[in-house]
Amino acid sequence: MNPILEIRNVSKQYKLGGRRLRKAETFRELLQRTVSKPFGQLTGLRNNGAPKEDLYAFWALQDVNTEVNQGDIVGIIGRNGAGKSTLLKILSRITSPTEGMVTIRGRLASLLEVGTGFHPELTGKENIFLNGAILGMRRAEIIRRFDEIVAFAEVEKFLDTPVKHYSSGMYVRLAFAVAAHLDPEILVVDEVLAVGDLSFQKKCLGKMGEVSRSGRTVLFVSHNMAAIENLCSRGIVLHQGKLHYDGTPKDAIQYYLNSLSTQSGTGHVVELNGVGDRRSIVAPLLKRLEFFTENEQPLVEGLSIGSRLKVRVHFDLPRPTASFNVGLGFNNSYGQRIFTAHSMFEPSRSIKEQVGPQVFACEIPSFTLMPGEYAVKVFLELNNSEADAIEDAAKIRVLESDFYGTGKVPRNGAFVLKHAWYLEQAADAK
Amino acid sequence: MSSTFELTIRPRKGWQAIDFKEVYLYRELFAFLVWRDIKIRYRQTLLGGLWAVLQPFIAMLIFSFIFNRLAHVESDGPPYKLFAYAGLAPWTFFSTSVTQSSNSLLANHQLVSKIYFPRIFIPLGAIGALLLDLMLSLGLFSVMMLYYRWPVTPALLWLPVFMLAAVLAAAGSGLTLSALNVSFRDVKYVVPFMVQMGLFVTPVIYPARYIPHRWQILMGLNPMAGVVIGFRHALLGTPASWEVMGLSIAVSLFLFASGLLIFRRMENRFADII
Repeated sequence: MNPILEIRNVSKQYKLGGRRLRKAETFRELLQRTVSKPFGQLTGLRNNGAPKEDLYAFWALQDVNTEVNQGDIVGIIGRNGAGKSTLLKILSRITSPTEGMVTIRGRLASLLEVGTGFHPELTGKENIFLNGAILGMRRAEIIRRFDEIVAFAEVEKFLDTPVKHYSSGMYVRLAFAVAAHLDPEILVVDEVLAVGDLSFQKKCLGKMGEVSRSGRTVLFVSHNMAAIENLCSRGIVLHQGKLHYDGTPKDAIQYYLNSLSTQSGTGHVVELNGVGDRRSIVAPLLKRLEFFTENEQPLVEGLSIGSRLKVRVHFDLPRPTASFNVGLGFNNSYGQRIFTAHSMFEPSRSIKEQVGPQVFACEIPSFTLMPGEYAVKVFLELNNSEADAIEDAAKIRVLESDFYGTGKVPRNGAFVLKHAWYLEQAADAK
Repeated sequence: MSSTFELTIRPRKGWQAIDFKEVYLYRELFAFLVWRDIKIRYRQTLLGGLWAVLQPFIAMLIFSFIFNRLAHVESDGPPYKLFAYAGLAPWTFFSTSVTQSSNSLLANHQLVSKIYFPRIFIPLGAIGALLLDLMLSLGLFSVMMLYYRWPVTPALLWLPVFMLAAVLAAAGSGLTLSALNVSFRDVKYVVPFMVQMGLFVTPVIYPARYIPHRWQILMGLNPMAGVVIGFRHALLGTPASWEVMGLSIAVSLFLFASGLLIFRRMENRFADII
């Protein structure tokens, strides 16, 4: 069977300079441009065939290729400006690609924004009809699902009130409710779950899950990694307009988080010369830190909660020593020590005399500190006394992810722990 | 739409015809957009739909005083008030339509940049809603006819033709101007000026016979000239001038066709630059 969606060599170019000019362009400027255009193109051809205008060209998407099969729930992740929204806009036909082609085999509905076309002066009921029609529902379809929509939005009492009097929560609920009752074969959803209160977000995630189980095809952009991991069957990473990764959601998220870290400038290697707050009692013996996560992937920050952290500490031993220890301290953003990893706690360590450059690796199989930024302190002890120590040697960022496998993100406390809940027979139950 | 439905998206460039099949597919949305415009136009106003008839009515009173009483402009037969109103009704429709539709894409930029449907619905929807206002003001006109005891002639049968011509002229101008307005905000300044001048170059407050014969054909190039003459002919039985009316209708058709083409040509850039 043919894939329900084929994306072939799709590129999209925006003309940045041109765009700014065109926005405020006047007829006079157009006239000038039109008159000078043939010449511009001629000179452009001489310049290796690249027209002068392209100086300001910006490729929002470059040569994106992929296929989506029916029933796939594809999560699209990437940083802001990676081209996610542009891709969705091309699929929804809001803008056309500069190159390439897309084949869609089914009815596609897109939800790039909650409440598109809502009019503040119209009542809730009127907006349900208008918004439904705008999203591509037939009148008969809206009438058929009207009660469901109203119940989902929990706005029964305010149906005849203009939505401008709605609270923002009610507004979003109503808007999402209409969209949630679309019945397309392919649903394209941009970051829309970021709105509304927590309980409604959960309801929306539930609805999305329902949609995905019904065999429909969904393309879904989100920064909520937990939602991606939980709902999607496939993850795609876009980076600077290119498709960088296509695989399971878990791997895609890891890939994305790693790409975040390598983007942070310092890289996963921190040279300890001149960083942080250093106190060298013997000498500046600590040389370098290297950070890795799952599968020995390099990392500086952007570690998803509960994943593996491996730190390699490079240092020098000036003379043969058997009694040396290395420690890593993790401080939260308030400067409180949350956790200390120390080589003296390693039971299987063989004490041998060493000299010269050393690499001591510390592995934490599951780094379960809460999402946030942690300052890393590294210290070296010789003969049980501190020889070299650096506060704020590096920073580690822990990111939200679906640690418990429920799609629910832990919010309170300092760390997460695996735990179980079950009902037991109550003592006084009959 | 069945699951065998297949759609190919490719880069779009150059001139293209309107996809009438798609327009038909989305027809319900068009009705909804017109309905929305009608619903919200007079929301939270004291007089509501009365505004539809008040505008041409008050203009009629003022113009009768200034041009008929003070400047001694004469109608070509019927009482001047009837005469002026029969011209102001289609003119008000046209001028409001052009003003609102030329601004419609910008006013609905959220729809343009976030959802797909045939874009022509936006300027055309604005005009569709104003058609209701024209009907209402024609309702008031029939009351005035009774008041002045002015007879209805068989020429009334021509009215739908001239209404259609007015719609085509307004739609053609509105489509072109709204598309241009996305790229060039000059339109915002041009339209009010054009509409203001249009009132004077169109025989709305004076009869067409005031224009010298050799200029009559030139007048026909103004689509609304023929429409206004036609409205008066149909409503009041005033003399028709078929050359002018025919030419105006042809110009309206041309405006509409070129408006569709220009709009279509420019529409794929709307979402990128609006």
